[in-house]
Amino acid sequence: MRGRPNLYTSYASESRIFPTRTQQVGIGIALVLLLLMPFDLPIVDQIPLIRFLGDNSWLRIVNRMFIFCIAALGLNILSGLGGQVSLGHAFFMGVGAYTAVLVGGPSTSSLWGWGLPIWIWLPASGVVAALVGILVAPAAVRVRGLYLAITTLGLVFIGLHLSRVFPEIAGPGSLGRKWPKLEIRIWKEENPFLDFSSDGHWFWFDITDNQKTYYFLLALLIIFSLCAANLARTRTGRALAAIRDQDVAAEIMGVPETKYKTIAFAISSFYAGVAGALAASFVGQVPPEQWDLILSVEFVAILLIGGMGRISGALAGTFFVVLSPRFVEEIIEWMTEQAEGNGTFSGMWDGIISLGSGDFGIISVSETALGYPIPYSSLDEIIYGLLIVVFMLFEPLGLYGIWTNIRNYWKGWPFSY
Amino acid sequence: MNQPLLEVKDISLSFKGVKAISNVSFQVQEGELFSIIGPNGAGKTSIFNSISQVYRPQEGDIFWKGNSISGQRPDTVAGLGIARTFQNIELFPHMTVLENLLLGRHVRMKRSWLAGALWFGPAKKEEMEHRLAVEDIIDFLEIEEWRKHPVALLPYGFQKRVELGRALAMNPELLLLDEPVAGMNLEETEDMARFILDIRRELGISMILVEHDMSLVMDIADRIMVLDFGQKISEGTPEQIQKDPAVIAAYLGDEEGLALDTD
Repeated sequence: MRGRPNLYTSYASESRIFPTRTQQVGIGIALVLLLLMPFDLPIVDQIPLIRFLGDNSWLRIVNRMFIFCIAALGLNILSGLGGQVSLGHAFFMGVGAYTAVLVGGPSTSSLWGWGLPIWIWLPASGVVAALVGILVAPAAVRVRGLYLAITTLGLVFIGLHLSRVFPEIAGPGSLGRKWPKLEIRIWKEENPFLDFSSDGHWFWFDITDNQKTYYFLLALLIIFSLCAANLARTRTGRALAAIRDQDVAAEIMGVPETKYKTIAFAISSFYAGVAGALAASFVGQVPPEQWDLILSVEFVAILLIGGMGRISGALAGTFFVVLSPRFVEEIIEWMTEQAEGNGTFSGMWDGIISLGSGDFGIISVSETALGYPIPYSSLDEIIYGLLIVVFMLFEPLGLYGIWTNIRNYWKGWPFSY
Repeated sequence: MNQPLLEVKDISLSFKGVKAISNVSFQVQEGELFSIIGPNGAGKTSIFNSISQVYRPQEGDIFWKGNSISGQRPDTVAGLGIARTFQNIELFPHMTVLENLLLGRHVRMKRSWLAGALWFGPAKKEEMEHRLAVEDIIDFLEIEEWRKHPVALLPYGFQKRVELGRALAMNPELLLLDEPVAGMNLEETEDMARFILDIRRELGISMILVEHDMSLVMDIADRIMVLDFGQKISEGTPEQIQKDPAVIAAYLGDEEGLALDTD
């Protein structure tokens, strides 16, 4: 006798975010891996494909990914859950970033700043972005679909204009200004209580700034993901999904449409604001042009590639979009090595890679071989564009859809359904 | 006579030139199964849309327990205890059966988005309470096996049943059923009729039923109102309606019409 199978014994256990034992074990292993990732691990860096997990040099881009994940989760609440397509996400990120620099940045003769600590400027960046979201919502709830996309697109241009009107906040011209660092101070004292922006010593080992930032951002991302997941499985999330699916029916079932669309805008902008503040602080100095249409479109692409309306989709999409250029770079580096070497297949790789002006190849790694070959630097953009087309054509549900297909296949295996 | 649950008084509704409803009045008593019938385009669904305030009648007034509900928002009307189903299923296709039913509980739930985002504490408690209520409805409608399925994947008959469940989840006092058995086979129709009778007997909910299946309507309705071209042509018990010459004329064509046809 093996005893009772795993059954749900209460509705509470069934409505967990990770209800099954397999999922719980999986997420446990993932958490351990994530916690160990910033260090040069002896075994992990030998396994192909996830080798980078054990490699310290990837940390900076992984940190960037975490910040993008937070912003993508925000857009997922508005677009994925609430069905409101927004191209104004970069604007709300910008609002968050400039709130952060105004509240937390230094004050000089030409710049405004109050120099307050992170526990004020980080929440403030989210709250101010949310308030701006509420301000914009009355105009946005009147339109839907493409019209809403264009309405929110207008925000990006308004934002760029405002950054030129207020150089005291945005900094001079296209240079931008210095953002407050990721340092936890109790008030305005000289030495931070806890800082994530310089190398240091924690417990019994040395730790670099990137490793510290990694842990800080990972903690934030977990909190934001849990909040998004909780929101999705409770009253508000259902109301938003109902408006997305059938707005008139939702109203007749008792969901006030305007109120919930406004809530969606506010929460999504909060996420964007926090992510914007973190991104700017992480980079250190950001010109206003950074918060442009391309950035907004990137988040829409993330949701499309990852899978609309799913938290795991938003996270996987960000992983894919932010890290894929780096993957492409790695692969090309490897191919170049092969082409330059004398291995069995070096001729094949040489046919793909164009090393110099006289060399034939599809991908150029050299400055002197311009013209027909695709320059190496723009390859990631081409692949990114291709990916969006391929996903839209073959898997509109994105990575999440691919995952459910695989899961359902193995659920029924060896039967087809 | 005690106060009617719903009173519709002389409402008229027109879209530009088209008069959808003209001067229709009726009352629904508590616990009553009131039915509205009429040929296509008679204005039956328009009356439902006027009650839920999706359409705003230009004239007349609608009273819920003696208070006017004209000009209220549809979600406010839903909160008062008026639930409805739709002629063409208007479920939320990407949500599961369970989520659709829980959405029906929306008006009975109180917790804000902030409590929801935290989950632990009030939001979880509320979710579990309402989950129990929804499970009762799932049990009542015999749709246990579909609980976790997205409704878009369900067969039509079950989608109709889920839609009824979603309306029931609102704990309504009045249920507006818009063609609950349209497009169903005999067996499904009988199931639905059984549910409608059970809802009345066990839950004591008043209903307004719009339906083309005459045998069903004549079987289960207490009172029937007949509409034709937006005008009320008759009202009474099933026996009275069946004998009313005006009704027969509307459905089969009057003698003049017949005469024209035979010419």
